Amino acid sequence: MGFVTPDYGTIFWMVIIFGITLFILKKFAWKPILTSLKDRENTIAEALSSADKARKEVEGLKSNQEQIIAEARREKDIILKEAREIKDKLLADAKSIAQVEGQKIVESARTQIEAEKTAAINEMKKQIVDLSVLVAEKIIQREIKEKKDQEDMVNSLINDLKLK
Amino acid sequence: MTMATLESKFPGKAKRIAFLLVVLTLGLASPKIYAEENQEHIAAESTHKTNFDAGKFVMEHVSDAFEWHILTYGHTHVSIPLPIILYSENSGLNVFLSSKFHHGTVAYKNFRIEQEGENEGKIVELNDQGEILGLPIDLSITKAVVGLFVSVIVILLIFLNVAKSAKQRAGKAPKGLQNLIEPLVLFIRDEVAVPAIGKAKTDQFLPFLLTLFFFILINNFLGLIPIFPFGANVTGNIAVTLVLALFTFVVTTLNGNKHYWKEIYNPDVPWWLKYPLPLMPIVELTGVFTKPFVLMVRLFANMMAGHIIVTVFVSLIFIFSSLNGPVVGGMVSPLSVAFSVFILLLDVLVSFIQAYVFTLLSALYFGMATSEHH
Repeated sequence: MGFVTPDYGTIFWMVIIFGITLFILKKFAWKPILTSLKDRENTIAEALSSADKARKEVEGLKSNQEQIIAEARREKDIILKEAREIKDKLLADAKSIAQVEGQKIVESARTQIEAEKTAAINEMKKQIVDLSVLVAEKIIQREIKEKKDQEDMVNSLINDLKLK
Repeated sequence: MTMATLESKFPGKAKRIAFLLVVLTLGLASPKIYAEENQEHIAAESTHKTNFDAGKFVMEHVSDAFEWHILTYGHTHVSIPLPIILYSENSGLNVFLSSKFHHGTVAYKNFRIEQEGENEGKIVELNDQGEILGLPIDLSITKAVVGLFVSVIVILLIFLNVAKSAKQRAGKAPKGLQNLIEPLVLFIRDEVAVPAIGKAKTDQFLPFLLTLFFFILINNFLGLIPIFPFGANVTGNIAVTLVLALFTFVVTTLNGNKHYWKEIYNPDVPWWLKYPLPLMPIVELTGVFTKPFVLMVRLFANMMAGHIIVTVFVSLIFIFSSLNGPVVGGMVSPLSVAFSVFILLLDVLVSFIQAYVFTLLSALYFGMATSEHH
């Protein structure tokens, strides 16, 4: 057989054999193999993208968390500030009330003292009057030698009284 | 050159050379050859061996045949007879085993394997007087066809197994044979088909390209294994490469779009290249046929050359032993074996390259046939 001249018998068999091989492989080998390859590629791509998504979500959660913490901290500050203000106000109020109360007490004490004082003066006056009456009785009981001496004595007594 | 002359020319070195010679002869020439010291015997042997025809030996090993020759021991030929299928107008359909020809030495029924002349190696039909009537239609299962069957069985075993594991292990990592095949499949898809054809149309041609690649690759490899049932030099058979190229041609032509045909019959060239003489259309149309022709010749020539060189290096042993006696032949053998191994390894590389080139070029032609723009 000349080896550079194609032999038609071999061509005949080769067409049949290659055709059948092509058909069988196409239907039963390449289809499942290529499908599984594509499926795997898709699965991997999906897994990668979902991992990316999850990572982004976690990042979002983290920033959310930070936001919440910051808010809580701010709220805490506000509450503390309010409490401090309330405390200050309470203290101030108490102080002013105490002041007013004290003033009131002082006032009432003063009026009482005044009243006591007036009462004491009146009492004194009454005693002076009693004393005067006593003095007068004594004078009257005495014999008055001179009119003029009498008059002087009374006058001086009255004057003394008035001075008080 | 005797020891004495050697000694006078290269004193000191002579002993080393002599030692090397002895080692080589002892180590590599078979004891049987070494035992045949009898001068007459050697003379008889060498006259017998002078008949060794290297050209015929090489051609017999790389060409197609009606029987599968395995070995010759003495004068006994061990070969597997293959079916001969003949049809002629005179005797109708004839199916028989090639052993009926007794290695081509005798005629059977009215058929004979022509040993020389213009029809050498072909089966001719004879009349009762022994004159040649003509050539019957010969659809025999030759060595190449059996080699094809063997490789197709190997291919189907491999790929149906891979397909099975691909189905069973869907969504899991590949395993075993699947692991070996998948990178190659991916290589053909991502490095050959997609760049040449484009992503959108790749799926349409991918099964054919994959079949082409693995068919050529596995046939190339099996052709390198010199033990039955492999080594039939299938891809070094021009009929086989012709059919492969023909398939590429048919697929290209059937899928050629308007743009493809327009580029052939009315290419974008100055008008005087098309009218009045359709120069460029002729060139383009020739190109349509030269492309598959070149595919056919390239694969055939590469694989054939590899096989021829290996066989030539092996036959060097017999050439030397027939010219200078078996001892020289034995001494040449390590060199021959070394070169044969080297060429075989080179052929492994060539097997890959040729399968790749054939597939790549086919993909490029498909790409050309389906592309919308330049």
